[in-house]
Amino acid sequence: MLNSLSTLWENDLVKIGVTLGAVYALYLLAGAALGYDLSGQLNSLRRLTFLIVLYGVGALVVNLHWGYSGLFNIGIVGFMAVGVYTTTILTRPVAGQNPTGTLPGLGLPLPIAIIGGVLAAAAMGYVAVLPSLRLREDYFAIVTLAFAEIIRITAKASELQEFTIFGTTLGTGGGRGIRTYPNPIDQFFNGAGKPIVAAASSFGIDGSLVTGLAFVLVLTLLLGLVYWLIVRLAESPFGRVLKGIRDDEQATTALAKDTNSFKIRVFIIGCAILGLLGIVWQGSQGYIAPGLFVPQLTFFIWIAVIIGGAGSNTGSIIGSILFVGIIYLGPGYLRRLVEEYVGLQGSVSTFPNAVGALLGGNVDPFLLYNLDQTSALRVVLTGVFLILLLRRRPEGLFGSRREIAASIDLESRVRDRRNSAGADGDSE
Amino acid sequence: MLMSIVDTIKQRDLLGGNTRLIGGAVIGLLLFIDLARRLTSGDLTAALLAGYIWNGLTFGLIVGLAGVGLSLTYDLLEFANFAHGDYITASAFFGWGTAYLFAGAGEFDPGSLFFLGVGGTLYPGDVGISVASAPAAIVAGLIVAAVAGAVLAVLLDRLVYSSIRQAGTISLLIASIGVAFTLRYLTVYVFTQQSFGLTVSAWVYRIPLPGGKLNISAPSLLLVSVSLLTMLGVHLMLTRTKLGKAMRAMGANRDLARISGIPSERVITTTWLIGGALAGLAGFMIALLQGTITYQIGWTLLLLVFAGVIMGGIGSVYGAILGGVLIGLITRVSLVWIPASFTEAMGFGIMVLILLTRPQGLFGGEIS
Amino acid sequence: MTPMSTASDERASSDDQLSAETLLEVEGITKSFGGIKALNGASFEVATGTLTGLIGPNGAGKSTTFNVISGMFNPDAGSVRFAGEDITDLSPDRTAKRGLVRTFQLAREFQNMTVLENLMIAPEGQIGESSWRSVFPGTRGAVRSQEEEVFEEAWEMLEFFDIDHLALENAGNLSGGQRKLLEFARALMLEPDMLLLDEPFAGVNPSLEEKLLSRIETLRSQGQTFLLVEHDMDLIMEHCERIIVMHQGETLLTGTPEEVRSEEQVIEAYLGGNVA
Repeated sequence: MLNSLSTLWENDLVKIGVTLGAVYALYLLAGAALGYDLSGQLNSLRRLTFLIVLYGVGALVVNLHWGYSGLFNIGIVGFMAVGVYTTTILTRPVAGQNPTGTLPGLGLPLPIAIIGGVLAAAAMGYVAVLPSLRLREDYFAIVTLAFAEIIRITAKASELQEFTIFGTTLGTGGGRGIRTYPNPIDQFFNGAGKPIVAAASSFGIDGSLVTGLAFVLVLTLLLGLVYWLIVRLAESPFGRVLKGIRDDEQATTALAKDTNSFKIRVFIIGCAILGLLGIVWQGSQGYIAPGLFVPQLTFFIWIAVIIGGAGSNTGSIIGSILFVGIIYLGPGYLRRLVEEYVGLQGSVSTFPNAVGALLGGNVDPFLLYNLDQTSALRVVLTGVFLILLLRRRPEGLFGSRREIAASIDLESRVRDRRNSAGADGDSE
Repeated sequence: MLMSIVDTIKQRDLLGGNTRLIGGAVIGLLLFIDLARRLTSGDLTAALLAGYIWNGLTFGLIVGLAGVGLSLTYDLLEFANFAHGDYITASAFFGWGTAYLFAGAGEFDPGSLFFLGVGGTLYPGDVGISVASAPAAIVAGLIVAAVAGAVLAVLLDRLVYSSIRQAGTISLLIASIGVAFTLRYLTVYVFTQQSFGLTVSAWVYRIPLPGGKLNISAPSLLLVSVSLLTMLGVHLMLTRTKLGKAMRAMGANRDLARISGIPSERVITTTWLIGGALAGLAGFMIALLQGTITYQIGWTLLLLVFAGVIMGGIGSVYGAILGGVLIGLITRVSLVWIPASFTEAMGFGIMVLILLTRPQGLFGGEIS
Repeated sequence: MTPMSTASDERASSDDQLSAETLLEVEGITKSFGGIKALNGASFEVATGTLTGLIGPNGAGKSTTFNVISGMFNPDAGSVRFAGEDITDLSPDRTAKRGLVRTFQLAREFQNMTVLENLMIAPEGQIGESSWRSVFPGTRGAVRSQEEEVFEEAWEMLEFFDIDHLALENAGNLSGGQRKLLEFARALMLEPDMLLLDEPFAGVNPSLEEKLLSRIETLRSQGQTFLLVEHDMDLIMEHCERIIVMHQGETLLTGTPEEVRSEEQVIEAYLGGNVA
């Protein structure tokens, strides 16, 4: 019985499912403790899944770039920004057609704009990687960071906020940002999908939650597609060469492989996916601004990969589940639980005041202060955790696992050979 | 198809040695000619240009000072310390808290003072610090910032880096990113994301020039003097003292130095101390120059500091300073041609260009 | 005794050897590294289908010569011609594509990949190396069948060298001798026209050495060419038809083993040259 359970665990999808299930259970418990109704619990899980899926896609790309190919890309948010800004500019209604006072664009239909955004991100990836091919890893990292910053500066520049070129007016919105595009899922449920909303409300689930859940479902399918794509790509002759490049690029070159071509292709593919990620993540929130594309986000995506183990696709997904579930959203729930069950007196003040009160014997202001600072403490927690990981277990959860890059199952074929050799009585 | 561009560049050696030199010289010449044209036509006044140059110089000295520490640790310990920017921030806060304590002692609550009046309990106008009105406070703050930076750098090395030193340059880089975010958001935890005004305006020395006046502020003069003194001190330390010579030897060849009995741990500690102290000075002074401080002050500087270090050549102290000054001048003087929003991007662009054409920088011997 | 007697029977004098088809031509190669002249006008030729030895004391420039020939460094002066084509400035991957493959003295196996993957990465023309063929259902089938073929080749190689029990072992966990073997086998997977072997027998046990030599001989008789750097003099003298002696970055002399053995210059070079 135990044996068959462990074989079941061998399957990666089972690993992912169980981890997700455990985190879900944790959140349901927390929700129950906080007195959430059905709607509340569903919304809690919705938000959790939303972030897990998005971080998952980001982590898969970082793993493809770094875990497989040795390309240290810390300009992640830059490529996301290129994708979503391009799509926004392409699809916003043309001047004169939009509601007054909003920034015009090129008025293209959303699907075309999305393709445009993805292509733009891919092109930006090409521009970034092309000159950096000979650079060693840390210089490469610096260049990607510089690119992300240049992109952010360009998005923020007031000169580009709104301008007219060849008779067309468009703009980035500058520092204030720009409204993006309506969510097709929303539009569906406002139109043909109305009956579903009506049915759901009889259960106490309101319309926005229905669209939210449906959107998360779509995103999960997207994650599945990206996972499928990347696994197939990584476990193939292409992926083999990538791993060779990571281990020893010169030796790979000596085997007649044009390593530059591989690095360029894998970088472009990853950046294209990042563009799409930005389009469905920040774009779906209705409004984007340069301040959304901060290095903190890159940092969080990276740590999901490191937790899971660089080099393992399954690890990237599980790392994302654990990061979002425990480190990212966890503190917020902890705070709500504390607020619910521990009565704290007073209001939030400043750090010196809180510490002063603490020294004077009054704990409440200090606790209140900490609860108020969960978003900052969350980053501190992440940083400390990263350092501990690097010291104790740098390979993460699955980094040292053997993940073979071949389009056929080598392990079973080797087993077959050995079995038949044994059956023939040959000495091994 | 995509590869053909790469091939063409390589085959025709488009970015080869002579081409770069000639290309750089031609661009430089064109810019110079255009500058002269603008000056004579009146588009650009001498006063304005002088202002750009002075600003570039002062800003560049800060970038250079910060770069010295980064360059030294990059060379000696062979990793890019991405936390360096946050060393700058943290020590700047320590320094300015001290300056406020000094200036406002007795009049205001020490808690409010040291924490710069976070939450609106205190305002710069209340305390009224400026270079002229409270020189002792400024000096005290400067010293404390340097000490805080030095202590912080050594502490973090002991706590974090020393145990993973053998894990390789990328592991150290990733660890430094962890340290960076930890420090930065601890600062947010204490000080929130608020932007703090620090000073009231001190005197400004105005030099009349064609087209206007060149403004030389007191902070900038202090900055230049402190920087020059510090550079002199570092130079003397490296060339005259035994430890300084050991540092230079280790930078050149670590294994050889270890065999010949140079105490590497002491050299490493000294490197962190110097680098951290300079970061503290740089942090305190950029805040003084800008008149404000936020949790991001060091981080926003970091990429430019990297740019300066790379331009000057990793491992070269003089290169770091020169590279910093160059970066400062580039980002300020380029205002002649490009809008203000893009001057920083220009600095990054130049850095990328250097990495592609001459990664060892001006004075460095290391090649990527 | 090894079956190289056919080679020695066919061993002609140096002049006749040159008239056989020349596959690799190295002429006047000069290379300096920061003021130190590693190669100073080295010149030699290697004929098709031969096993040629390259010897010389440490510091003679043998590894540098390999690096220049294989394209890792561009020489300061001189030229390298392979099968009639000038390959002097070609990059290493282009050189290898033309059929000229080298192994490394310090084995550079891919440490975080299994032995099987190390072998399977090598063959040329793998359609799965494109960025999409292994993904899409339509084209994936062809990739998979090619993978089966590559697997067969790799497995056969593993069995021949008796390391099939290490197939799924991480290459980083192998012993020194096994890693050298892997290095050699991996280069063979490329089916090169000419193989530059940099001390392939160092650390390999005698029986395995036999196997390697017999494999080399089989391939040689099928037309493959080998240029071999080795310090084991007996091995070189016994198996190589022709020997090139280098000293201080130059070609000292070339000739048959008999000619080389008796040359005073060679003896002096080894005695008076750099200490091992």
